[in-house]
Amino acid sequence: MSLPTPFRAILLGLLGIAHLPAQADYVLNMTPGVTEISRGIHQLHMTIFWICVIIGAVVFSVMFYAIIWHRKSRGVKAAHFHESLWVEVAWTIIPFTILMLMAVPAARLLIKMNDTERDSTLSIKITGHQWYWEYEYLGEGVRLFSRLLTPDDQIQNRDIKGPHYLREVDTPLIVPEKQKIRFLTTSDDVIHSWWVPALGVKKDAIPGFINEAWAIIDHPGIYRGQCAELCGAMHGFMPIVVEAKPEAEYQTWLQTQKTAQNKSS
Amino acid sequence: MNQTIPDKALSRWLFTTNHKDIGTLYLWFSFMMFLMGGSMALCIRAELFKPGLQFFEPAFFNQLTTMHGLVMIFGAVMPGFVGLANWMIPLMIGAPDMALPRMNNWSFWLLPFAFTILFSTIVMDGPAPDFGWTAYAPLSTVYGPKSTDFFIFSIHLMGLSSIMGAINIIATILNLRTPSMPLMKMPIFVWTWLITAFLLIAVMPVLAGAVTMMLMDRHFGTSFFNAAGGGDPVMYQHIFWFFGHPEVYIMILPSFGVMSEIIPTFSRKPLFGYTSMVYATISIALLSFLVWAHHMFTTGIPVIGEIYFMLATMLIAVPTGVKIFNWVATMFRGALSFETPMLFAMAFVVLFTFGGFSGLMLAMVPADYQYHDTYFVVAHFHYVLVPGAIFGIMAATYYWLPKWTGHYYSETLGKIHFWLSAISLNILFFPMHFLGLAGMPRRIPDYALEFADFNRIASIGGFLFGTSQLLFLYIVVKTIRHGAKAPARVWENAKGLEWTLSSPPPHHSFTTPPLVEE
Repeated sequence: MSLPTPFRAILLGLLGIAHLPAQADYVLNMTPGVTEISRGIHQLHMTIFWICVIIGAVVFSVMFYAIIWHRKSRGVKAAHFHESLWVEVAWTIIPFTILMLMAVPAARLLIKMNDTERDSTLSIKITGHQWYWEYEYLGEGVRLFSRLLTPDDQIQNRDIKGPHYLREVDTPLIVPEKQKIRFLTTSDDVIHSWWVPALGVKKDAIPGFINEAWAIIDHPGIYRGQCAELCGAMHGFMPIVVEAKPEAEYQTWLQTQKTAQNKSS
Repeated sequence: MNQTIPDKALSRWLFTTNHKDIGTLYLWFSFMMFLMGGSMALCIRAELFKPGLQFFEPAFFNQLTTMHGLVMIFGAVMPGFVGLANWMIPLMIGAPDMALPRMNNWSFWLLPFAFTILFSTIVMDGPAPDFGWTAYAPLSTVYGPKSTDFFIFSIHLMGLSSIMGAINIIATILNLRTPSMPLMKMPIFVWTWLITAFLLIAVMPVLAGAVTMMLMDRHFGTSFFNAAGGGDPVMYQHIFWFFGHPEVYIMILPSFGVMSEIIPTFSRKPLFGYTSMVYATISIALLSFLVWAHHMFTTGIPVIGEIYFMLATMLIAVPTGVKIFNWVATMFRGALSFETPMLFAMAFVVLFTFGGFSGLMLAMVPADYQYHDTYFVVAHFHYVLVPGAIFGIMAATYYWLPKWTGHYYSETLGKIHFWLSAISLNILFFPMHFLGLAGMPRRIPDYALEFADFNRIASIGGFLFGTSQLLFLYIVVKTIRHGAKAPARVWENAKGLEWTLSSPPPHHSFTTPPLVEE
């Protein structure tokens, strides 16, 4: 957990749960993730968060100053001012300016996120089904079906829950690291949403439509997410596991899959 | 004076055309729905208390979240504010009653039937509506349960009720004001309701259109939302949110009005920036029609569209900010006292602003890709709706209850209710921010182990918040029965025509147009 200490202190303080052990495996904040995009999002998130904290601190200080010093029980007499044009103009223009300044980095990042057309080395078509994911490596003739692996006994509390409870699948999506991967999402039935927080990718999978997203994953690892759009009874039980491998390992895996899948078809 | 004394029979309530009786009916209905929707929320929080499935099947969990949303929005918040409008608008503008009393009766009595239809789906064969209150196609059309048709017709009835209520409010405000009250001298509560009523008339038919198209797709062979038939499932979302976003302001603008009455009274100082408050409310209402797609950033709308919707959404923060600043400026250098309505109003200012901040964060499209459909969103809209809309209704109840009943409520109990609600609300909803940022999607009955701690805390907060509301019921019932006698001007320094009538006011409010006090 790499959270700035003041951030954690403020949030925990607000909750009054500062006694929780620091080692517990909970997460308080968005994590920076493993792609340029997800880091950009994290940075934007922290910037707008601190802007909100500052505005809140100013507004609430004035309010609590009034609550403490301007109370009737202290014997104060109420003032009678109730209008001021320049104050109104100021507190319209200042927030407006702050917001428009915030829009610039947001729009810049957004445009980058939508740059799906150029330089991608691999396109994966993701199809949402009730309730599993299908991955097709376009042009490679490789297709995977990815379902929840967690046994029912764990869900029904008859067995001890594993460390990746509800976030484990039988067949993970295998991708190479450091390459631009293009994700094309669609659906076979209702709307789903393919979300892996560490990649900074969340795209709705909509029947009859194809949406695009991309990611360049910095380093090998296993990244977990799940369906983010209500898609029926088992919406909470269609996780996503992406496994990023070094290029060579990925190629070996792909060749094995190709041979295996061509044989069976 | 020709004052008919109302009898106690059931027919009084069935056939009443009196704005106070109808207001009372609306408010009790709203409170009943608040308890129903709240019980569903407690079922949800019980299931989410720890990982694993404890009480409900996933399919039933979805029915609970769907019903909770519908009941709270259409059953608790909207009728609550219409009840306040019925009670207070004639009193505040110096009118004898509402302009269209028979329609008023009908618009209330549609609601129990609408909700009977909706609730009947729970006991029917096959699941109740289980697609979330947003009812996205095709989950609600091709894949919808049979009970979807009941959902559609109950929405139609609720829409009819709302539109008639809105027409009545507009007709009353524009025609029955005492001659000495020009528009720019109306109390802000009346202003916010006038604007809300126009929003209702503008968007309830849009919702009716959306659900009618659902009905057509389900039974009459059309393919409005079915891609396989040449339709477009995303179009449903566009139409729904064109209703849905103004709907958000329908639920919050009357609350802004309530706060603009309460804060000046207990600050003993006139509202700061009356004119800018009116214009800010109008701007919020107009902008609310231009931002709907910010609920749909991940559906793949073109990048230029997303940038536009981001800018328009951030723009709404400006007039909303103006209102917050005006309330704080009203309190500044006043002579504050902290009776229960004022406590609720101050909690509103702080906690609604929290919800505003998370709204601002959600407006940043790239960040929204991570927040969207997570508990961060759940935290956001509960922060604007519970301390926003619900606290608005509660503050208004405490503020005007002595006027309605002629008795003061117990200030000690009121304060206990306030502190219990305000503290438990934060235990309930604040951890949801962390859950969302950590990656927990909304609308799931079970979750990964890293979400367990904060879910447990939220559930404890939920049970505290829920049980605290029974105290509210007790306080209100107790005040109706007995309590210290309230004079006409219930609160020292309270301004407005409603304080010139006795407490409780006569059955017919103003028989001659009163003069607006300066």
